[in-house]
Amino acid sequence: MGSGDPPKGDYGQGKDALERVQAMMQWTPQGRALGFEVTKLDGAKVWGRAPYKAELIGDPETGIIAGGVITTFLDQLSGMAAVLAMREPTTVATIDIRIDYMRGAEPGRDVLAEAHCYKIGRNVAFVRAVAYEDSPDNPIAHAAAAFMLNTQGKTGANLRGKKT
Amino acid sequence: MSPQERLTAALARIPYAGFLGVRAELKGDELTLVLPYSEHLVGNPLLPALHGGVVGALMELTAITQLAIASKSERFAKTIDIGVDYLRSGKPVDTYARARVIKIGRRIANVQAEAWQNERSQPIAAMHGHFLVAD
Repeated sequence: MGSGDPPKGDYGQGKDALERVQAMMQWTPQGRALGFEVTKLDGAKVWGRAPYKAELIGDPETGIIAGGVITTFLDQLSGMAAVLAMREPTTVATIDIRIDYMRGAEPGRDVLAEAHCYKIGRNVAFVRAVAYEDSPDNPIAHAAAAFMLNTQGKTGANLRGKKT
Repeated sequence: MSPQERLTAALARIPYAGFLGVRAELKGDELTLVLPYSEHLVGNPLLPALHGGVVGALMELTAITQLAIASKSERFAKTIDIGVDYLRSGKPVDTYARARVIKIGRRIANVQAEAWQNERSQPIAAMHGHFLVAD
């Protein structure tokens, strides 16, 4: 169990930012097991991919991926957006997440998603996310989530969000 | 086949249920899904804590399975929306979930679910959702 501290640094900024954020995604055993990837960063926005895998099928008749995979993907990518919105990144914990499923994901295709931390306070970050195959205009699912920032007693300017 | 065997067979057909490693226990018409602890379910290896998405997925699976039992349907309903409240971090131990069907309408069902670990009175998460009843 346990593989040390999460990767340190200002995750979303500068050279190799994408590699650092990808390393953080892979730091999570469940994210690793599902094969989650981070593909693009922009401020407090993050884009990712959940590859299609036969072992993740939720409906064997159609081959549609399980809703739980979309839940886990949107939860993790949303948490990543919250981390990217912080000046001094730390871990976050999901307070709640609400997910609307518009339709099943297309069988055999990777699921893409983007998450945006649109508001961050001293203790709580608010994130919206959408999952799709080609474009957010044709969504599979939408999520709205709140995250508690694990500030370990530290509050103040160092944790106030940067511009989103 | 007994209801328990039918249920076990139905879950065995879902690859994702196998990926998570869940198994079903049926007492009368009340279902408990059991999620044995496994390293690949962890979200935060520092604490360590189960991934919130996994706990959400467990409750959603419990809800649609309990709904299939309540509506005496062989098919699983489609999820319309779920809201998951996280109450405590999931420890690296076995997790259980039960669901309560609040209402089954002609097209939509309303279901609540809870997940807990060592103590039933100390839930780690709660879920409520709407599901499109299979026609």
